[in-house]
Amino acid sequence: MSKRRVVITGMGILSPVGNDLTTAWNNIVGGVSGIGPITHFDASAFSTRIAGEVRDFDPARWIASKDVKKMDAFIHYGIAASLDALKDSGLEVTDANAERIGVSVGAGIGGIATIERTSQALAEGGPRKISPFFVPSTIINMISGHVSIMTGVKGPNISVVTACTTAAHNIGVAARMIAYGDADVMIAGGAEYSTTGTAIGGFCSARALSTRNDDPTRASRPWDKDRDGFVLSDGAGVLILEDYEHAKARGARIYAELAGFGMSGDAYHMTSPSENGEGAARCMVNALKDAGLNVGDVDYINAHGTSTPAGDLAETQAMKSVLGDQARKVMVSSTKSMTGHLLGAAGGIEAIFSVLALRDNVVPPTINLDQPSEGCDLDFVPHTARQAPLDVVLSNSFGFGGTNGTLVFRRV
Amino acid sequence: MSSIEERVKKIVVEQLGVKEDEVTQNASFVDDLGADSLDTVELVMALEEEFECEIPDEEAEKITTVQQAVDYIKAHVKA
Repeated sequence: MSKRRVVITGMGILSPVGNDLTTAWNNIVGGVSGIGPITHFDASAFSTRIAGEVRDFDPARWIASKDVKKMDAFIHYGIAASLDALKDSGLEVTDANAERIGVSVGAGIGGIATIERTSQALAEGGPRKISPFFVPSTIINMISGHVSIMTGVKGPNISVVTACTTAAHNIGVAARMIAYGDADVMIAGGAEYSTTGTAIGGFCSARALSTRNDDPTRASRPWDKDRDGFVLSDGAGVLILEDYEHAKARGARIYAELAGFGMSGDAYHMTSPSENGEGAARCMVNALKDAGLNVGDVDYINAHGTSTPAGDLAETQAMKSVLGDQARKVMVSSTKSMTGHLLGAAGGIEAIFSVLALRDNVVPPTINLDQPSEGCDLDFVPHTARQAPLDVVLSNSFGFGGTNGTLVFRRV
Repeated sequence: MSSIEERVKKIVVEQLGVKEDEVTQNASFVDDLGADSLDTVELVMALEEEFECEIPDEEAEKITTVQQAVDYIKAHVKA
């Protein structure tokens, strides 16, 4: 069976650098950081007191106000980005096409803020204080559920949950569903709202977060010798994936093709990357193979690049082992230097930045990369964006548990 | 201090996201005000909170209209 080609025809974003495509992309190309002091809770007792929060967001713009309180904020974010993406695609849901349109939007952690509040209500007031909306407002597949209820799309309805690789896996798996014929269109990506006490506290205890509290916009500094961990962020990134022939037939604007998807497992450690990034390397190899491309075809890699000492080095080693003597010719950057790490939404917004890079022939910078640390010696596009002709862009995502995903985007 | 009727009405408006003039005495939460089974449970929880009382589940199931809620509160709660 020949695979059907999958293209991107719509995108929606909520992020620390903006809540629409134009604002977010302008900030990314301009090297503007979205990191600031935590406002969602009193973080004064925490070793990390900075994060990348979504600003100026009113869920009632997308969701009926009586329903807003029935959902955790991660669901608000996922719905908003999904509906924006659908609008951006110009696709009308009708009785004729509803069963051929599906949703695959996930989250890494899910409704942790509501779980915290409910746990406190239980401790203080007993079981009668638990809302009947507790379960449906916290479980991860409710973004996909609500989007289908709100839009009427009746195709596959699913959520992949793989920590920081969540959105990349949702996009990749959704593309496979189109290629295989289960659907003609998929709404795919991820959302997260985890800048809460328990999540920040857990990452603090794991020594995973930057503690550069006095200089938030310079805290996320992938590959820099002074990097000291990632910055936790909130948001959502959702793509409309569509069968190429379907998109062409309706005269849709096509941003790019999702040409390949690769996955791998580390079989190594709960939170640390495998030695020399071998798991990440296998993932990139699988994605290129799926796309039918060679390493010499790769122009730019939007890296996972979270700004942790171990992760950044392992990813660099992985890229070198995959690209071989091409490694120094390929541009690599981490937009997490500006957005921080959106966990289950990271692969979604980074897929969007990869697609916009292709559209505009602009490579986003890695900000705060003042002095690369030992072994981190690729072209990381430091400080300022670069104009360059782009045809093939990779986007990497790696998650706790040793779960990896790589997406390959190609100019149509 | 508002009357029990006014306080109940305010909670119904907030919980079900309906307009004040829709919340008539005999309005049914499910049939007239668009509530589903989960909404009615949370509505009773909000009444318990407001009137500092505990409404047993078997009693809660009988409260299906605005008037029934008001009557229950009047009969069981010291104003």
